[in-house]
Amino acid sequence: MGEVKLHGFWASPFSHRVIWALKLKGVEYEYMEEDLSNKSQLLLQYNPAHKKIPVLVHRNKPVAESLVILEYIEETWPENPLLPLDACDRAMARFWINFGEQKGPVFFNLFRTTGEAQEKTGEEVAQILKTIEEKALGDNNFFGGNTLGLVDLSFGWLPHWFEVTEQVQGTKLLDPTTLPRLHAWAQNFKQVPVIRDNLPDPQKLSAHLKRLRGNLLKN
Amino acid sequence: MASGGGDVKLIGAWPSPFVLRARIALNIKSVGYEFLQEQLGTKSELLLKSNPVHKKIPVLIHGGRPICESLIIVQYIDEVWTSSGPSILPSDPYDRAIARFWAAYIDDKWFPTFSSIPKLQEQEAKVAAVQQVYEGLLLLEEAFIKCSKGKSFFGGDHIGFLDIALGGFLGWMRVTEKMFNLKVLDESKTPNLCKWAESFAANNAVKDVLPETEKLIEFAKIRFKPPSAD
Repeated sequence: MGEVKLHGFWASPFSHRVIWALKLKGVEYEYMEEDLSNKSQLLLQYNPAHKKIPVLVHRNKPVAESLVILEYIEETWPENPLLPLDACDRAMARFWINFGEQKGPVFFNLFRTTGEAQEKTGEEVAQILKTIEEKALGDNNFFGGNTLGLVDLSFGWLPHWFEVTEQVQGTKLLDPTTLPRLHAWAQNFKQVPVIRDNLPDPQKLSAHLKRLRGNLLKN
Repeated sequence: MASGGGDVKLIGAWPSPFVLRARIALNIKSVGYEFLQEQLGTKSELLLKSNPVHKKIPVLIHGGRPICESLIIVQYIDEVWTSSGPSILPSDPYDRAIARFWAAYIDDKWFPTFSSIPKLQEQEAKVAAVQQVYEGLLLLEEAFIKCSKGKSFFGGDHIGFLDIALGGFLGWMRVTEKMFNLKVLDESKTPNLCKWAESFAANNAVKDVLPETEKLIEFAKIRFKPPSAD
């Protein structure tokens, strides 16, 4: 099917979404770790508009933006489908993926604030998580139903990343008592072999996030 | 008689660029629909019920099932009405990825900057925003040259996904040009996009639903009226 390369960053959940999708589809690829403080010429050439990872390169053609990459992977390697077949269900899946993207900045706000400002944002985040649990997940094991799909991958930063971030930023929002189903989903998700075997080391991630938060709070 | 009939409803409002995207897609596929217009300042029961998460237009209701978010609606229309009209998304997965990439760029980066222009009070901030808008359009000009391959639209011979994504804002680009006395689509900077804009506006799927600039200006004056100073 042609040579596949992925430019990524070890700590990035966006990078990991792509890794998970490629592995779930059984696609062989070469991984190129990018130093975000010293981005490679190739990366800047492949993604001049954003200069960001991840970038997937297939047959020498670059695709940027993790969610665009996920749809590209889904269409190029249709085995083990990660999106529903029904058009309305697909629209629903895309809706929730889009919802997660739209709410990203609120979670980032939580990370870079303290005290009252953080508390206020925390209330907003709690509402968002409640919506995700009640409306997106419902009583299903996964967001798509009984099997893992792109929506799960797109929310894949909630388990592991958000959990580590909560320890670093001193919050406890993804809690089994207030969000039992979402919390259960997060634990299940991390145990899926492809996910479990492709997560950044939690200690390394924690140190990295502590450093990042320290820098953000200084400015 | 266009397909769909009473089965397809679109909740929207004529000035909205996002609603326009959905209408153009429906026109490309010759899908008949009932256009349920929301009144400025209120949200109907149907809207609140159909889009409880965002409470925003457009919402497409097909056979009673709601679809939300304009670009998701456009993809849905393309996937359901496959046998009528040309395809909206390109057939090749790589071309589809490019179309989706630039559509995401338009919605995530370009439009927020563009829509901030009238709200910015300081001249310096305004100038900076306008500069960013031009830079974005230069990128889109390059993308147009690559995607169109010499034809009239991003989609080639026919209006496609990226044409709809950008074209939805054409009316408001013209409003910005008239109200703030600046060129958004400038022949000296983005000649291909200027030509594209003319072709897009004249297209059969667009011309009857693209709001008239004068009407949009009147609407803008009411909708974005600054609070009175007392």
